[in-house]
Amino acid sequence: MRRIAYTAFAIAIALTSAMAVADDAKRLRIISWADYVPAEVIAEFQKETGIKVEVTLSNNEEMISKLRATGGAGFDLAQPSQDRILGAQQEFRIYKPIDLSKVQVAEFLPDLIETVRKNASLDGKLYALPYVWGTEGLVYNAKKTKIADYTDLCRADLKGKVAVRLKRPTLMAFAFASGKDPFALYGNVKAYSALMDEVGKTLSACKSNFRFFYDNKDQLLNGVRSGEISAAMMWDSGGWNLGRENPDIHFINPKSGAIAWLDTFALPARGKNDAGAYAWINFTMRPAVAAQIAKQIGNFTASKGADALMDPKLKAQFAATFPDGLKNVRWYPAIPPGLEEIEGKVLDRIKAAN
Amino acid sequence: MTASEPNWQRRLLLALLLAPALLWLLLLIVLPHVDLALVSFRERVAPREYVTSLAQYQTFFTEPLYWQIFVRTAVVSAIATAITLLIAFPVAWTIAKIAKGRRAALLFLVCLIPFWVSETVRTLGWMILLRESGVLPSFLVKLGLVSAPPELLYHDATILVGLVYTSLLFMVVPLVNSLESLDNALIEAAYDLGAGGLTVLRTIVIPHAAPGITAGCIVVFMLTLGNYLTPNLLGGTSSQWFTEQIYNQFITRFNWEQGAAFGFLLLALSTTMVWVGLKASGQRFADVMQRS
Repeated sequence: MRRIAYTAFAIAIALTSAMAVADDAKRLRIISWADYVPAEVIAEFQKETGIKVEVTLSNNEEMISKLRATGGAGFDLAQPSQDRILGAQQEFRIYKPIDLSKVQVAEFLPDLIETVRKNASLDGKLYALPYVWGTEGLVYNAKKTKIADYTDLCRADLKGKVAVRLKRPTLMAFAFASGKDPFALYGNVKAYSALMDEVGKTLSACKSNFRFFYDNKDQLLNGVRSGEISAAMMWDSGGWNLGRENPDIHFINPKSGAIAWLDTFALPARGKNDAGAYAWINFTMRPAVAAQIAKQIGNFTASKGADALMDPKLKAQFAATFPDGLKNVRWYPAIPPGLEEIEGKVLDRIKAAN
Repeated sequence: MTASEPNWQRRLLLALLLAPALLWLLLLIVLPHVDLALVSFRERVAPREYVTSLAQYQTFFTEPLYWQIFVRTAVVSAIATAITLLIAFPVAWTIAKIAKGRRAALLFLVCLIPFWVSETVRTLGWMILLRESGVLPSFLVKLGLVSAPPELLYHDATILVGLVYTSLLFMVVPLVNSLESLDNALIEAAYDLGAGGLTVLRTIVIPHAAPGITAGCIVVFMLTLGNYLTPNLLGGTSSQWFTEQIYNQFITRFNWEQGAAFGFLLLALSTTMVWVGLKASGQRFADVMQRS
């Protein structure tokens, strides 16, 4: 009896490990942002390839921290912003280089490929491919107020009516609004620290204006929808979505410039299904699929052919926010390691200020 | 098992029975803490280069910001514990001494029911109740007490409400346990001898319930000190909690060294506070733990 139980146990172990091996090729684990991997696209992809996509929702910092904790294992595809790859790779070695021969490069917008080449290459190897880009600017409710630049958020009449994130984009925005260029100071730690201290003081001084610091999108969306928030720093797709629901809500390009981000595809160093990851990248860059994703997220993708298929309403909203195109927009350059520590202390001080 | 069995067999059995608990302790508590301790004594000097140093602890003592958050967390936790005790004591007294049979069980159940839903849902419930466009502010306007709905969320007092609500049960249970064993005859005898209500409470009830009170306070204090969700969701733009700082260091700053050092400082704080509490109330740790 005991022998039978033992044999059954051994067979069970052997079976599960065999299944695990087979599973790796049939399973694609993506760590990404909310809405970036729409359910319909997952279903179509599975129908075509038989690969099941599992999504973990995250943000830039968490992606890096999770991959760092495992040395780049646990996920087969990550979607960090292009400026957050180089520093993390130098420091923690969490990604592996992209093999361009497995990617249909012709499907991508050449400008965006150039951007990642510039910002996400290390020792001659490319670590990212562009996926979706967008901007962060200002949103306001015209029934309650009107603003034109980041510093207007600190106006006395907006006391308790403003929301921002207590994160680096807010620091960058207020640095630009003060007339300086923080990106130009990335290489100069001393000048950068001084600028950040100054921005920290500005933000601490207008703290009574902030109703809350949001760290998830629903908190902000609820605040704006309910009218508790009159003005906020926000990303474009969220602002345009709110504008579609309520025409009084406008997303604008601030006078000192919206800040543009580009989110990417990157391969975690110990991912187990690279073939699946490349298949997914190529699949999502097909014009039809890319246009569907763009509609879902409300942002523009890196797919060259998708532009012609874009939602005309979204195009109109884009033209209203950026009448001169992307001239007055600042793209994030790669962050050198160490700067985030400086910013972190400034952010802590703002939070602790009274 | 009989006495004739050899000694080593008995020992082996004991070892086997203890093994799961010891393995659990070693693998999931001791080893990670040793690793964390090593990390906390490191300093990053260049990419992928680390040296042994006390820099992380130095930062804590030289940067007033972290000190302030640390003290704030300790003080607010202590206040929350005191309020929880004040609210829980009458509840526990009612369950242990006044209500009988099914009614006592029912009261206990009422205390337990909020814990059937997760902490996140409970905290979000408070947010729905207290936000400016929420239930309570609009109710106050309807009653005519205020002209515009007040924002009740994002204050330190809101954090206290959330913390007390979350920890109430952990105070009630040890209190009920220790009050149930109090012989009613003692209280009656005290009254017969002419003692007033306060004197009875001070000289008979509290000394008898002291181990339960201490146990409840220790559990509640530790839970509040280590709480992350409630201060984070209910707190305002100035309300830093020390656990939040640890999370920030680990996750958003990629500074595991600083996070690990903060973790140990928090551990030291809770250990010290428990020790001070035991000394001040003249209790022994073993007695207290038996009661909780």
